[in-house]
This record gives sequence, C-alpha cells and structure tokens, in this order.
Amino acid sequence: MDAILLQILNGLDKGSAYAMIALGLTLIFGTLGVVNFAHGALFMIGAFCAVTMQRIFGMSFETVDPNQKDFLGNPLKVKTPYLESWFGPETGAAIIDWSVPLAILFSIPIMLIVGYVMERGLIKHFYKRPHADQILVTFGLAIVLQELVKHFFGANPIPTGAPEVFKGSFDFGVLMGFDPNVIIYPYWRMVYFFFAAIVIGAVFAFLQFTTFGMVVRAGMQDRETVGLLGINIDRRFTIMFGIAAAVAGLAGVMYAPINSPNYHMGMDFLVLSFVVVVVGGMGSLPGAVLAGFMLGILESFASMNWIKSMVPGIDQIIIYLVAIIILLTRPRGLMGRKGVMEE
Amino acid sequence: MLGLNKKDTRFLLIVVALTMATPILLQPFPEGSGLAQFNAGYPDLMQRFAIFGIFAIGFNILFGLTGYLSFGHAAFLGIGSYSVVWMYKLLDYNVIYGLPLAIVMSGIFALLIGYISLRRSGIYFSILTLAFAQMSFNLAYSVLTPITNGETGLQVYTNDPQVLLGATEPRSPHFFGIVMNNSSKVNVGDWVFTFNNGYYFCAVIAILAFYLSLRIFRSPFGLMLRAIKSNQQRLNYTGLNARPYTLAAFVISGMYAGLAGGLMASMDPLAGAERMQWTASGEVVLMTILGGVGTMMGPVLGAGVIKYMENIFSKINDQVLHGWFGWMPDGLEDFVIGISHFFVGKSWHLTSGLLFMIVVIFLPGGLVEGGQRIRAMFAKKRGDDDDDPKHQPKQAPHVAE
Repeated sequence: MDAILLQILNGLDKGSAYAMIALGLTLIFGTLGVVNFAHGALFMIGAFCAVTMQRIFGMSFETVDPNQKDFLGNPLKVKTPYLESWFGPETGAAIIDWSVPLAILFSIPIMLIVGYVMERGLIKHFYKRPHADQILVTFGLAIVLQELVKHFFGANPIPTGAPEVFKGSFDFGVLMGFDPNVIIYPYWRMVYFFFAAIVIGAVFAFLQFTTFGMVVRAGMQDRETVGLLGINIDRRFTIMFGIAAAVAGLAGVMYAPINSPNYHMGMDFLVLSFVVVVVGGMGSLPGAVLAGFMLGILESFASMNWIKSMVPGIDQIIIYLVAIIILLTRPRGLMGRKGVMEE
Repeated sequence: MLGLNKKDTRFLLIVVALTMATPILLQPFPEGSGLAQFNAGYPDLMQRFAIFGIFAIGFNILFGLTGYLSFGHAAFLGIGSYSVVWMYKLLDYNVIYGLPLAIVMSGIFALLIGYISLRRSGIYFSILTLAFAQMSFNLAYSVLTPITNGETGLQVYTNDPQVLLGATEPRSPHFFGIVMNNSSKVNVGDWVFTFNNGYYFCAVIAILAFYLSLRIFRSPFGLMLRAIKSNQQRLNYTGLNARPYTLAAFVISGMYAGLAGGLMASMDPLAGAERMQWTASGEVVLMTILGGVGTMMGPVLGAGVIKYMENIFSKINDQVLHGWFGWMPDGLEDFVIGISHFFVGKSWHLTSGLLFMIVVIFLPGGLVEGGQRIRAMFAKKRGDDDDDPKHQPKQAPHVAE
C-alpha cells in the first residue's frame, strides 16, 4: 500500500510535465491543425529561461577584502552579486534564491513572443501543406533551436536550484498513519504538481469562461463558419499558439530544479509527449491531461522492483507499450473526438 | 540490359562509373593546399557515403513510394549491426556470414513491427514506428545487455568462441581474405588517392541495392506503391487490399536498413545501442528529404551531402577560420569568426537543421527538384516555352533524375 502511494506520488511530477506539454501540443493541433515537433524545444527554452534568470541574478562584481586573506596570504577577492549590494545582503540573497520561481514572470512574455514569431514566421505557411511537411519543418526547427541553446549554454546539464525553502522532503506517510520516512516526497515536486494543476486549470478556465476562449472553441469546431461571422480567427489562433508555447515554457521553467536543464531535454520529452497526445486522443484537451498523468504514474509503477523482477525491462518500455496497445484497440485514443485525424 | 530500358541502363551505368571513381572525384584538391580539408576521399567517409546511401535508398522505397513516414528505421540499422558482430563473435571475421543474417533478422523484425504499425497511417504510423524504435533502443540499452552489451557496445573479445577462425586469417573484418581496412594509396603529382577495400565492398553492394530499387521503382509492384501514395481510398474502392503491398515495402526497406547496419559493423567491428536512437531515424528522414523524396538519385545525394557536411564542417576550427578571414580588419575578422562559430565545428548540426528547413520550405522536392528547376530556367531561356504552366498538371519528376 505504502509503496503504491509512493509510486503514484513519484509519477505525478513527470506526469505533470507530460500533461502540460501534451496540452500545448493538443491546443496547437486542435486550433491550427499543425503537428508541432518543435514543442519539446519550447519546453527546453523555458527551462533555459530559468537558467538565464539565475545567471542574471547571480551577476556579481569583485572587490578586494583587506580583512580576509586567502591561503597565500594575499588579500581575498570577494564576489558580491549586484543584487546584494543594491538591496542589501539579505534581500538580495533572497531574490537570488528565488530565481527559479521569479523566472516564471520573465518567461511568460518571452515564450509568448517566441510562440507568436514562430507561428507568424513559419507555421503560418504550413497550414495547407501535408502533415508530413509540418512534422519535417518543425523537426528542423527543433534541431536549430536545440543547437542554438547548445551554442550558448554548452552541452552539459546546468544545475539550477530551487529556493532553499523547498529543499528537503515532506513526510506524507505520517499524515496517513504510516511510519515516518516511508512515504517522503520532495517539496519542490509537490510545488510542481500544484503549479501544473493551476496552469492546466487556468488554460481550461480561459477557454471555458472567456469570450476569447469561446471563440477559439468555436473555431476549433468549425473554423470557416467562425470566419464568416466576421471574426478574425487566424489572429486568435496565433495567440493560442503563443499560449501553448507559454504553457510548455512554464512547464520547463519549473522543471529546471527537478532535472538540470540540458540542450536535448526537449527532444527527450517531445517523443513521450507525442505518445501522450496520441494516447489521449488527437485534439482532445482533457484526454491529453488525463493521458499525461496516467502515463507518468504508470511509468513510475513500472519501475517498482517487484514488477521489474517479474517483467524485466518493463520500466523502459511501458509507455510505448501502452501507446501501441491503445492505438491498436482504440484508434481515436482515450478521449479523441470523432473525425479528428482518424486516418 | 538487365531488364532495364535504355534510359535506365544509361543512368545505372553513370551511377556505377561515378561510384567506382569516387575516390578520385572526391579528391579534387592537391595534398597540402589550403583547400585540402575539403577533400572527402578518405576511406571512412567514403564508406559512410555508400552505407548511408543504401540506408536512404531503402527508406525511400517506403517513404518515397508509399508516403508512409517511418520515424523508427534506425532500429533495423542497429539490428543489422548486432547480427554482424555476433557472427564475428561466434564464427569468424568473414562478413559473408553476418551480412545475410543482418538482412534476415532485420526483415523478421520489420515484418513484426510493420504488421502492427501499418494498421494505422499518417501521423499514427509515424508515432507507432517511433515507439517501436524507442522500445528497441531502451531494451538494447538496459535489459538486453547480455545480447547487446548495453552501454559499452557489442564488440569482439579474445575469449569469444570464433569457431571457424583459422590461424592465418586476418583479425579484422574481411571478405574471403580481402581485409576491409586495407587500402592502397596512389600518388599522382600532388594528389593522393586512396583506394580502400572496404569502400569498394560497400560500393558494389550499394550498386546492387541501387539496381534492385530501380527495378522495384519500375515494376508493377512499384506502381502499386505509388498508387497507395496518391490515393489509398480509391485503391480500396477498386477492391484491392493495400496492406500487403505496404507491408512488403516496409519489410524491404527494413532489410535495406539492416544491410546498411551490417555494413557499418563490417567496416568497424562494433555495434552500439545509440545507432538505434530516434535521432538516427531522423537523420535518414533528413537525408531523403534533402535529396528528394521519391526520386532514385535524391536519397543517395542527400546521404552524401549530410555525411560530407558532418565530416567537413565539424572539422573546421578556429585555426582554419583565422586562416580564411585573416585578411580582414581585426574587428571584422572577429565578428565574422564569431558568426561562423554558429555553423561549423561542434555546431554543424545547426547548419544541417537550417539547410533542412530551407529545403522543406522552399524545395519540397529536395535538391533534385532544385536541379530540375535550374535546368528548366535555362531551357526557358532558349525560348521553347509553349507550355502553359498554370493550366497544366505539374509533371511528376522522372525517377531517373
């Protein structure tokens, strides 16, 4: 029982990331009908927004401190971050410590702009081309973005810490009457899960309760009619692309402390997110979220020791296996709408 | 000749001549000159041209003819390599045992994967093949370590059985005594030409593979595959079941990939799981698109361009750049070199990504279409344009171009 609970919890954070990326992918597919292979790259750019923020906040100048000596007896050079000298040591250190959450604010406009530029500059010209062309051109774009990031940040993963408050783990087991230290869960992963829940909830609320969202939903149903009503649906779809990019970016920003960002993390997640989208059903937003969490949890279940000893290697292939079974038995995916990309 | 019409025979002969003369053609700059780094006539790279040419030709049979975009062909590449290295380990270094096994094994796997994946089409097919390839990669990396030697990669150790190994036999891959690594160098003036056994072995197989695919393109079977690409629904309405045909195409292209993988292990007796990763599958897609989907020469051309760029661009370093741009004023020189850093050396993938995007956006028919457009431009200048391009269906590119 405790082991099962622990695995559910472990699956949640990866599941949240899958769900957010898959949600964006589905939004783009549902609105523009474009299969975006560069979505993983957007996730990665988000993670590197966090890295950049940390670097910007960490920028410092050197002063010679005559009171301290290094081991050779020379006066010690001390690095002081600008923030600490501007806001005082305590406030400055706190801001630096909180750079990852603060990067959220910084990443939203960046991701919106990246998404907007990408849609207007490239994707726009591919509405009418076959899906294979869309896959190929966004695949090329993903390579380009990945290489650019590699050029600027290097090939090694860059550790990006969460704020000090969230280091350490929360003892879930005690709450539920288990022994202490049986079910422990890092705080940051909890934060990530709640953050994902908020972001996903916000996207759904935006689509459900605003006029803008209503128009977008109508456009997903029947683009032509909405256009005939005198609404500039292309423009709204472009904005939705920006929002989808921002969701992927936010998923990336908050994921940075869980897994140190490296340039190929986008590709790693992309493949799995596509599987998630297909399992959830092309064009179904709730399906994408459900499948994201489901596959995340399944993956962590499969890595339990007694399951691994029963079926060796199952943890490596479970997601793909599930995808294959679902695609063959339920061609529309779990919650796919009728008529959306059935062939 | 050989069941081909006149035009195709001429085409095949040109390909044979070019392939045989590759070590000379790719060495246009004399040794020691500033441009010598652009020479591509060294064995390792030429072998790659031939091997990836085979891989891309095979992929084109599936993607070019039927339009099914597989994102998992690298799995067969890996299977081929593992088969060959296992034959080295069990029997001996003669590649004659390994290569047929590589083809058969990859054919069996292609049959299994294809049988399941081909139940769906479009993007679902791509995802299914991707899922299978990633599964094979993950398994090869972890659980199947006894067979694949996991992260280290499969290689031949001295305590392997090698039951057929004679005392005088070469201790590296060979074909009845012709050692792959051996090559003879010929000096002509300042030029050095390297004629490598391995390259010629690959080249002969590549020509056979090319001939076979030419026959497939021209056969009723090839015509059927094209019909599937242009309108599968209509084909179904006429009462034909398309799946056996697509499955056959999938298996054939899987066998080509297995053969290519086997040849990779024949040149270098090593097989690693990273050969099966999906980036490797992406690479062959890139090659095929870059060259021209559905054309005979396109995929080979694309494979050549990508592998050439990979080898040449990634070799260009700071020193070389300073040599090129040394004549500029200092500030400008640093600026130009800074810009070039994006495209050469370790960042050459950026160049290939950009090139690929440009091709997909502007030249969906690949380099072959580019060549045709240029030719059409010149043809028009001569004044024989009595055709009406807007009101005539665009002519499909002839496959022999």
